[in-house]
Formats: sequence, C-alpha cells, structure tokens
Amino acid sequence: MKQLMLGNAAAARGLFEAGCEFISSYPGTPSTEITEEAARFKEIYCEWAPNEKVAMESAFGACLAGRRAFCGMKHVGLNVAADPLYTMSYTGVNAGLVIGVADDPGMHSSQNEQDSRHHAIASKVPMLEPSDADEARKFAAMAFEISEKFDTPVLYKMCTRVAHSQSITEPADRVVPEHKAYEKTISKYVMAPANAIKRHPFVEQRMKDLEKWSETSGVNRIEPLKQVQGDILGLPGNKVGIITSSTSYQYVKEVFGDSVSILKLGMVNPLPGDMIKKFAEGLEKLIVVEELDPIIETFVRGLGLKCEIHGKDMFPICGEFSQNLVAAAFGKDVHTGKKLDTAIPVRPPIMCAGCPHRGMFYALNKLKVTVFGDIGCYTLGSVAPLSAMDVTLCMGASFSGLHGWNKAGGADNEKKSVAVIGDSTFMHSGMTGLATIAYNQSNSTVIVLDNSITGMTGHQQNPTTGKNLYGAPAGRVDLEALARAMGINRVRVVDPYNIAECEAAVKEELEVSEPSLIISRRPCALLKEVKHNPPLVVDQDKCKSCKMCMKIGCPAISMKGGKAKIDPTLCVGCGVCSQMCKFGAL
Amino acid sequence: MVKNIMIVGVGGQGALLASKTLGQVLLDAGFDVKVSEVHGMSQRGGSVVTYVRYGDKVYSPIVDKGEADFIVSFELLEAARYTEFLKADGQIVVNTQKIDPMPVITGAAEYPEDLVGTMTKAGIKVDALDCLTLAEQAGTAKSVNIVLMGRLSKYMDFPVDAWMAAIEKLVKPQFLEMNKKAFMLGRGEE
Repeated sequence: MKQLMLGNAAAARGLFEAGCEFISSYPGTPSTEITEEAARFKEIYCEWAPNEKVAMESAFGACLAGRRAFCGMKHVGLNVAADPLYTMSYTGVNAGLVIGVADDPGMHSSQNEQDSRHHAIASKVPMLEPSDADEARKFAAMAFEISEKFDTPVLYKMCTRVAHSQSITEPADRVVPEHKAYEKTISKYVMAPANAIKRHPFVEQRMKDLEKWSETSGVNRIEPLKQVQGDILGLPGNKVGIITSSTSYQYVKEVFGDSVSILKLGMVNPLPGDMIKKFAEGLEKLIVVEELDPIIETFVRGLGLKCEIHGKDMFPICGEFSQNLVAAAFGKDVHTGKKLDTAIPVRPPIMCAGCPHRGMFYALNKLKVTVFGDIGCYTLGSVAPLSAMDVTLCMGASFSGLHGWNKAGGADNEKKSVAVIGDSTFMHSGMTGLATIAYNQSNSTVIVLDNSITGMTGHQQNPTTGKNLYGAPAGRVDLEALARAMGINRVRVVDPYNIAECEAAVKEELEVSEPSLIISRRPCALLKEVKHNPPLVVDQDKCKSCKMCMKIGCPAISMKGGKAKIDPTLCVGCGVCSQMCKFGAL
Repeated sequence: MVKNIMIVGVGGQGALLASKTLGQVLLDAGFDVKVSEVHGMSQRGGSVVTYVRYGDKVYSPIVDKGEADFIVSFELLEAARYTEFLKADGQIVVNTQKIDPMPVITGAAEYPEDLVGTMTKAGIKVDALDCLTLAEQAGTAKSVNIVLMGRLSKYMDFPVDAWMAAIEKLVKPQFLEMNKKAFMLGRGEE
C-alpha cells in the first residue's frame, strides 16, 4: 500500500526490507530518525553509541559476524568516524555494511556545511544518494547488495530535504539473506602494514569495477528530453543537458519537467565517466546542478568533453537550493509575493521555559567569565540576553579548548574561564578533554550540563542516563566516579535551578589551584517524567517594572503594560525568575 | 497543476499534527504529495515552517517565494514574516494569538501593531480567527492545529468526511471527539 513516508523513515524501512539486523548510531540532525524508525522493527537490534566512531566500529564488528549492519550519523559525525572508514575501505566487509550520513545544506541545525562526498572520494568508498523517500527505501537495499558484491562498506548519503521530507513510497517485504560465516583471514582483516600494502591495489581495482557497474546497473539514469519548450540558455532545448542528483534533481524537474535531458545520478562516487561522455554527445552546454561543492562538476571538467560546462559559475556553493534559485540561474523570471513594509522581528531558537541550563548560564554571565562551549541545546546559551558563551567549535572541543587556553594564558585565564558541555557530548568526545586536563594539569574549571538526555536531537538516551535506545534499563556511566577515576579530585554537583548555588560553586572552583568538575544536574524540562510546578503569577502590586526577570531570557516572561507577565501555557514553575526579583513579585 | 500550502508557527505549537492531517487527506484523495518539515535546533521556540505540496506529480519538497496558495499560521507575526511566499491571489489563514520572540522580550524590537490591518492594506487576503479560544471551547488548548485545519478546509474542495477520516487515523481515540469538535469550530459550523 502506498504511504506518505519521511525520507528517514523510508531509509529505515529499506534497511528492514534488506534484512539489516544491527544498527548502531549517534544521533545528529538530520539523520536521527533513521535509527529511531528502524528501532520500531523488532527484527533489527538498534542502539545509540557514545559517538559515531564507536557506532561505525560496532557496525563493522556486526558485519564480520555475518549480519547486515548499518550505522547512521550527521555529516560532521563522519569526521569523527573517518578513522575506521578509511581503513574499512581496505578490509572490506563480510556481510553488508552501510553507513548513513546526512548533510545539512543551509545549516538548519549544524555548525558547518561540509560536503560528505569528499569523504567518499578520499576513503575510496562508494556513495549512493537518494532523491526522495521512495529512492531512500530502494537504495538501502541496493547499498547492501553493492557492499557484498564489491566487498566494501557503502556510504548512503541523505540531506535535510530528503531526510525530513515526506513523499510517497510503497513498502516491500523483508528478505533476510543467509548469515555469512566468518572465516579468519588475517591478510584481509588485520591492517598491519604488510597486509594493508596488499589491500590497497584491491581498493583501486574495486573503484574501477564499481565505476563500470554504475554505468550499466541503472543506479544512474538518463531522462531524455520529451518535449521542447523554448530555448534554454539561448540554445534549443535539445542542445542542453543537465547532470544532477539528490534534492537538486527535484528542483531541476520542478523547473523543466521533461523539457530538458537530465542525467540523474544515484551513485555519486565513483562517477560514471563513460555514461557522462555519452550523455554529452551532441550537446553544446552541459550544466551540473549540485548543492555545496563542485564535485560532479570537477569530475566532468576532467573528461575532456567538447561542450561548454557550467556549474558553480551559475550556482552558489553556500546554502541550499530551491526551484526559484534554479529557475533564476537559468535566466527565468521568478515572481515573489508581497513583502510587508513593517519590520518583522526575527524569531531565533531559544532555550525553553524551565530549561535547566538557564540558571547556570545566568550565573556565568553575571561572573563575566570566558566560556568555552560545545554542541547541544546549550549552545543557545550564547544568545542574548544570556550571551554566556565565547567559543563553540565541534563536539567535545570545550574542555580541550579551555585546557589550551589556560595552559597558554596561565593564571590570568585560569581564574576567569570555564568550559561547558552536555552529558551526551561529554560521553561523545568530552572525556578525552577531561583526561588531558587531569594528565597535563591545567588548572581548569569545567562544567557538565547534565540534563539526563541528548536534548537537541529530540531526546535520545546516552550512556549516562541508565536507559537504552528503547527506554529500557541499561548500564549507566557514573559521571562523578568517572571524573575521580580520571584524576579530578574536586567534583561537585549543583542544581541549576538555584542561581546562587551555581554562582558560588563556579567562583569557588575558579579560586582553587587544581582542576575541578562541576556537574550542573537537572533533567530536561521537556522530558515526560519530569513533574512541573504550577505556573508562577506576577503580583502586579509588588512588580516595580525593574525588568530584572527579563535578564534570564525566559520565553514565558514578557512586559505587558509596564509590568512583568507570565504566560501560563509556557511556564513550568522552575522558579529561576523568582530568584531575580528583589521585590517578591514572582 | 501543483498546489502549495505553508504551515508556519513557533516551534512546539503542534504544526506536525496539522501537516499530517492535511497530508493524509491529500493522499486519500489520490494526489502525489510531499511534506517538508523542520527538525532539530530551529524547533526550540524558533520560527518553523512546514511545506505541503500536492498535485498529479510533485517534484520539489519545498514551497518557494511567490508559490503558496495558502499560508496557515499558528501565530500572527509568523504569518506576516512569510507573506513573500504567498501567490498574488493566495489566502492567509491565521490564528490571532501573539507570541513575543526573544528580541521583543528583551526590548531590542517591538511586536508590530495591527498586522492583520497591515497585511489587508497590502492587498493580501487574510482570514484571522482566535483559534486558541475555539480550541479551549473544544476542550483543549492543544487543538489549535485542528481548528486551523477546519478553517483551511473551507477554502479547499474536500468533503468534511475526508477530513474526519484523516483525523480518525491520526488522533488517539480518547482525543477524537475534542478534535472533531475543534475542526467544526474552525469551519464555523459548530
């Protein structure tokens, strides 16, 4: 039966249909739902790993055990997992191994806009790229077939507009291939130099074989021009061809329908040289429409074609595309609607009412310390009025960044700087930063903002929460014991709903002459099991309109008629604002 | 011919059920449908947009500027933010609820006065209604999304039964009656 399905749900469905039995992932927008949706199938074992490297290595182990395996991550997660990826390219697989990676053109929820196709090229691993939910489902099965046929891990690339768009697909039945027996093969799986030297030529030959396969397998297809509709770029329609993939293909089709020939790529590494040459025959202009970097374009330019080639001279490298952007690039008129003359204030994302991070960030703002931040909901601590963050780089960079800042700057920095990281991000890659602080002895004050969940990606469990992906009881990493075992002697826990306690703790730990860890502990206010207090009410007589309560940046508080007002539908009664009010109005 | 609907609002207002309901109605009517959502960071109280497109064949998953036949907005300022996306003869359906964005809360900006008037004067068709009151009348403030779908349904050519069938598929039995009532209140037929 036809269903409207989210791209990521269709990817999960495809993994299910292909007989995948093991998934280990780290959550990251826009990839998270692949694993969450796959976990609905009882036939697939799913888990959250502490980070993407661990996820990928676990999936590798599972494929050696003869079961089709998958790991999922966002684009920047693939950087973390690049180490196993580049050498798994050499070892190859036993049962199929597919690596899901989701790019985020336009940076809807990411710290950079990197193009993960570079990793596919550099690691010499094939990469499939679906353009809608139906392809997301079908390509998952194809990825496993390629993996086993060519003895390679396969990268399966999503992007925000494919991952988070629903389109129609028709699910098929699950077929589980026979488990592959493991055979001890030291020369293939032990990548010591002597063995790796012999595997490298295999990798090079495999890429050639894959290119040949991609020319004829149907993964890439030519959609010939069916109807001429005027000139394109000053030429008759049959003299122009477009090469495209993923969501860019959808925008091209939206603009041109069947009035231009299109080479639609489903496999973006390796690229089909002969197919492109054939496609270019008789064309005067060949246009490559691809988001982010000119990867297909660069390849096409190296083929020695006779026609003119265009790409990033017509399209931007930065940001995501749309049908209007594509139409305008081809010189077509685009009509937009009416823009109002009135200034419309922006509405950036904000910390929720009752967010346990708020109290700690207010304390840090008040103390005017330099804050090394990290990746998570709490990155919003950088937004006004809290503005309590100086640096945010990548997952886990807060503790290690502070360590270098303190070592280089000495006591001047040590007494006035802290680092903050969430519980999940700490487990991901913050631990090693704490290790360098303990080992190399910088006098650093670091804070784990422990809200007992992975928040930003929509509430996933992690090794500190005591629950597994399914919400069932699981092992639990004890943060305090871990820090002590690493050699941090000063470990203390504070309640971020208590501003004075946070402030006092930070002040005190900055004063002492050894590393300290503060755990700012309070579960995310959006967690179902968290009980809320009744909403607060402003005593209009006591309110002196001083606006002190506005300094915590709570979305539930606003000024109405010169007095503070609390929105009862948003307020969860956390009481942080009451601590701001000197007049007892809250 | 592809028709385009944008559902806009503030993260956490319940746009997901609205787009699911609409998507289900369109799917049941035999259309090709694409629905594009926003997840992750922008959901945290930020401005959020869902695109719904339907027709014989839909390619792009997103609605671009100048393309929307309808903008359904959960909040007044958000309707005003996206007018550029509306077609010349497009229709806005907006909940008159106001939620201050952070720059207004901090005093860095002001919430514009009389946005319905401003939009109407600009020649934009606006249907404004207090969905929160209607939702509360239906039994839960959370049914603003279905109130809005009820109002949108008046402008579309699908029978009430088709909408009710979609709501039945998507809403838990214990909330069904409330949501059906919310839908009819939105239509102005309760």
